[in-house]
Amino acid sequence: MDFFFEVLIGGLLAGVMYSLVAIGFVLIYKASGVFNFAQGAMVLFAALTFVSLGERGVPFWIAFLVTLGAMLLLALAVERLVLRPLVNRSPITLFMATLGLAYITEGAAQALWGAQVHGLDLGIEDIPLDLGGLLVSQFDLFAAGMAATLVLVLSVLFNKTRIGLSLRAVADDTLAAQAVGIRLSRIWVVVWAVAGLVALITGLLWGARLGVQFSLSLVVLKALPVLIIGGFSSVGGAIVGGLIVGASEKLAEIYAGPLIGSGIENWFPYVLAMLFLLVRPTGLFGERSIDRV
Amino acid sequence: MNLFPSPLLELSHISLSFKGVKAITDISFAVARGEICALIGPNGAGKSSLLNVINGVYQAQEGQIRFDGEVRRHMRPHHAAERGMARSFQNLALFKGMTVLDNVLTGRNLKRRSSWIEQALGIGRAPREDDEQRRRAEEVIEFLNIQSWRQSLVGTLPYGLQKRVELARALAAEPQLLLLDEPMAGMNAAEKKEMSRFIVDINREFGTTVVLIEHDIGVVMGISSHVVVLDYGRKIGDGPPEEVRANPEVIAAYLGTRH
Repeated sequence: MDFFFEVLIGGLLAGVMYSLVAIGFVLIYKASGVFNFAQGAMVLFAALTFVSLGERGVPFWIAFLVTLGAMLLLALAVERLVLRPLVNRSPITLFMATLGLAYITEGAAQALWGAQVHGLDLGIEDIPLDLGGLLVSQFDLFAAGMAATLVLVLSVLFNKTRIGLSLRAVADDTLAAQAVGIRLSRIWVVVWAVAGLVALITGLLWGARLGVQFSLSLVVLKALPVLIIGGFSSVGGAIVGGLIVGASEKLAEIYAGPLIGSGIENWFPYVLAMLFLLVRPTGLFGERSIDRV
Repeated sequence: MNLFPSPLLELSHISLSFKGVKAITDISFAVARGEICALIGPNGAGKSSLLNVINGVYQAQEGQIRFDGEVRRHMRPHHAAERGMARSFQNLALFKGMTVLDNVLTGRNLKRRSSWIEQALGIGRAPREDDEQRRRAEEVIEFLNIQSWRQSLVGTLPYGLQKRVELARALAAEPQLLLLDEPMAGMNAAEKKEMSRFIVDINREFGTTVVLIEHDIGVVMGISSHVVVLDYGRKIGDGPPEEVRANPEVIAAYLGTRH
């Protein structure tokens, strides 16, 4: 039984890592109805910038702040060069634009910092901790703590401040939002900058685990089932979706793997997501759109 | 009393076209402080376009707008809102996924002075401001008699109520100028009467200047002190209701002429 719980907890904690990626998507989707394909590239860009600065002898916090500054610049550039000219276009147009943005961001990261793989050491040793007889990864616990902090900060920002109400307003009706004096451009910059912060933290945690390399931008693919299960428009949904994906894929690997062959965890989340699409297309926490016929 | 006070809003030689199709041609008129000014005219006369030019949804190719002493070639919606214009839209532009109260609160968006850090941590000016925002929003809700639906999602309300919520949101901004695009469209006689009363009350109690578009001539003549008539993007009448009603060009536009 202990083993079952160890697998479950390991899975849940791994799920937190998926949630982190998914949160970046949710933020932008909520504010502009766009599935931001470039989120993965942003993760890579942030991690690569941070690691390259570190390798040039820049201290941790300065590298962190400089990278954050770079993400803010990226947000400003995206608003000015992509979102503003495409305002009021269809979501599919914007999606295509983020596709292009993904390649440009990846290319920029490569041009700036080169293409080799970097190791990233956050100074957390990945030795299992013994918690009441259960072995739990220390690094995973740290990642979960980071995610929890991030979610807390985001929920305060979006529920207590004017930015939150403005954000919901912009997501709901851009024309009306402008008419009550909300500056679309400012909201977009804020959202993309926050998504940049999320990308940076995601990049650090995933980078420490997998090494900072180009396949990092493929964590996007892991976020997809999480989003389908949790719903595209809910941060809480991203968390729950991530936990479900993490726990179920590890349990499936351990318990179903011997029966139907191992390697299940790579495709299991997608099967789960497909089942959700059949039963609950808006995800667990997604908003059902209210349309008047 | 100043016999010639400067108008709150003055449009000079506004022309607007979409890819060569002229929507508005050389329109000038002024709206005095404290009046209710109605824009009327047949469908496609350019009324909504003109309203959109006034608060900057559209940018006119020619002409200029003077609002509250400031002259601008182009308005921008958020700038117009900052300067004290609030508006409603012909086809409703509400935040349908939010409650009535939240919708009204967004109208007070620009009244906040505390920083986002104060708001996030609930310190400094933020708590008192929160109370104030909430109180003012509730006042507006009460004024327009929509208390029963405060916590309802706007998307679930009937059309007539949504129109009223949109008016509430505009009013919450404490505007100098209220732009209403067909506030009574799709309403029955009783609802129209109620809405007209609200508009007149707002105008009297808060001294808010109102520019509204309306098709129901009875309503227009009843509540407005100034009527501007458009036809095919041109101004064909401008004056007090009685005068406009007697204007042969206006009668022709509405009833047709013998050719």
